Amino acid sequence: MAEHQDSGASVNLAGTSSAGMPPPVAGGTKKAGLLNRFDNPWMNWKFLSGAGIIGFIFFLIFLGNQFWDTELALAGASPLNMPPVGFTNWRNQEGIPEHPLGTENSGRDMLALLIVGTPRTIGVGAIAASVGMGVGIILGFLAGFVGGWADDVIRLATDVTITIPSLLVLIVIQAVLPRIDLVTMALLISMFAWATPTRYIRAQVLSMRESGYVQMARLSGVPTRDIMYREIMPNLLPYLAASYIGNMTGAILSAVGLELLGFGPQRIPSLGVTIFWSIEAAALLRNMWWWWGIPTVILAVVFIALLLINLGLDEIANPRLRKAN
Amino acid sequence: MGSFSLNYLLRRLLVFFLTVWVAATLIFIIPRLAPGDPIQAMIARMTQFEGYVENADLIIEAWRKRFGLDDPIYVQYLRFLGNTLRLDLGYSMANFPATVYELVGRALPWTIGLVGIATFIFFTVGNLCGALLAWYRTPKWLKVMIPMSMTFTSVPPALFSLLLVYIFGFLIKINEKPLFPQVGAYGRGMTPEFTLEFFGSILYHGFLPAMSIVLVTFGFWALGMRGMMVTIEGEDYMILAQAKGLKPFYVLYRYMIRNAILPQMTALAVSIGTLINGSVLVEIMFVYNGMGSLIYSGIANQDFGLIQGTSFILIVTSALAVLIIDLTYPLIDPRISLEGR
Repeated sequence: MAEHQDSGASVNLAGTSSAGMPPPVAGGTKKAGLLNRFDNPWMNWKFLSGAGIIGFIFFLIFLGNQFWDTELALAGASPLNMPPVGFTNWRNQEGIPEHPLGTENSGRDMLALLIVGTPRTIGVGAIAASVGMGVGIILGFLAGFVGGWADDVIRLATDVTITIPSLLVLIVIQAVLPRIDLVTMALLISMFAWATPTRYIRAQVLSMRESGYVQMARLSGVPTRDIMYREIMPNLLPYLAASYIGNMTGAILSAVGLELLGFGPQRIPSLGVTIFWSIEAAALLRNMWWWWGIPTVILAVVFIALLLINLGLDEIANPRLRKAN
Repeated sequence: MGSFSLNYLLRRLLVFFLTVWVAATLIFIIPRLAPGDPIQAMIARMTQFEGYVENADLIIEAWRKRFGLDDPIYVQYLRFLGNTLRLDLGYSMANFPATVYELVGRALPWTIGLVGIATFIFFTVGNLCGALLAWYRTPKWLKVMIPMSMTFTSVPPALFSLLLVYIFGFLIKINEKPLFPQVGAYGRGMTPEFTLEFFGSILYHGFLPAMSIVLVTFGFWALGMRGMMVTIEGEDYMILAQAKGLKPFYVLYRYMIRNAILPQMTALAVSIGTLINGSVLVEIMFVYNGMGSLIYSGIANQDFGLIQGTSFILIVTSALAVLIIDLTYPLIDPRISLEGR
């Protein structure tokens, strides 16, 4: 299995080296510079629009924290089951401007819930992905560069960890420790978030190890650590960034999964917990679409934005994908 | 077709058995990390939850005897491994006389059926779409349509299932009846039997759950396939194939898809874990009577034995699926059989 990944990686490498030279510009009159809009790989619409959506969400959260009372996210802070403005609920109550997105059945204001819950959900992903990435970089370099028995052990551990559906182990843990805070949850998730980056980085390092500039550095007597972190790492940055975003998506997925099962913080819910309570209270049958629907749509938008960033970074790192557009 | 190297086979088997061992060990250790006697704590939690536990004494006795809680920890561990190997997963606390093995045996086929069919559909459709996206003869409108259909890629299947249930199980009604059922794996009041009517009911009920996995997953495979196809289009043998005047469809199938599908198979083996994660949640959303719902009832009833057993069997199932994919891989990849000589 790994052998094939390696061959795939070397194909990528071939692509990367050709990216070093700017592609010939038609006519040869235009200047091909780094800041030239037309061949700067970072001017990638997928990457930019994904980053823009995430940035916009954080901007809204910032505005919300400034201008909206987040205390309304606590239970009992508002009237129950109010619809959003412009809609009526099954009791023919009209939405009121005090609660523009409506309220749920324990009197939490939906807008306040979103302002408080969205960054918590994204935060869990960021923490878990960061820990996973950190471990992945260390292990991936160790396996790819040092090799030998370290490589064997790390590869086995990676294969086993990837095979196990992480949610199931997390469920078993959470069944013993039902009430944990978000940071603990993130750390638990990161127990499984290191494997994919490790495998990915190992494959990239393996192919880079044989490249000319690394051989040159080695011949010049550069210490191994410096080769790893000063020569190889900068070249891996776009790959690492793409891997980080993919990892974050996976971590948020695990967190939302656990929350949908009812595990997670209860006093100030995150988006997944909100959806869990709406399902428990049969919001679907009561047609309280704003209760489950708005958090679901926001989560979906976050996931789509992360995917766009991921795809964009892939194209930035791999010019062959870029060329096909 | 060819033989594959012994090394490859041994490594795959090693990963499989290591996975099963790690899963069993985790499930042994985790409850013991919690403070206090695990059985007492479990009964206490159940009492707290339900007020009264039927046959509590019987349960405590059965579990104490089974775990031999007074033995040293390594004896307990070895006995646990032995029991697990024989698939003796103990009793379900909430449905006491029933063993976890019985409950799992009833639920597992539903999960395998649902996930298996969904996987078959998204893998086929996804790879086909990806191949068409990169192929130079694909009509323009298809190249616009396919990316549009991939909007929901990467949305979690469980969340997508909420949207599907709302639209097709609630909003759209024909003769006051929702278009698709909201919950269950077959019609209410039906008993499982080998009739055409029952089979139809399974398909009817399984459609939305399967679609909520397929629609958010196939885009991922299309993207991966497209990437591989783009790489292959640059290969020299493609120029040769065209220069020889081979038929475009023949080149597409024999030269491009057959080469590009290999890394996709590897990727499928890697993604089995995520797939099982997602389908567990989808089953819960649809109250589909598979493993997911079993786990959920375990959580709701604080039935720790059931949660443990179900999780363990699902982990073994996914490890087995990975093993099968890894072992079929050499059969479709001619290069590996050469390596083995």
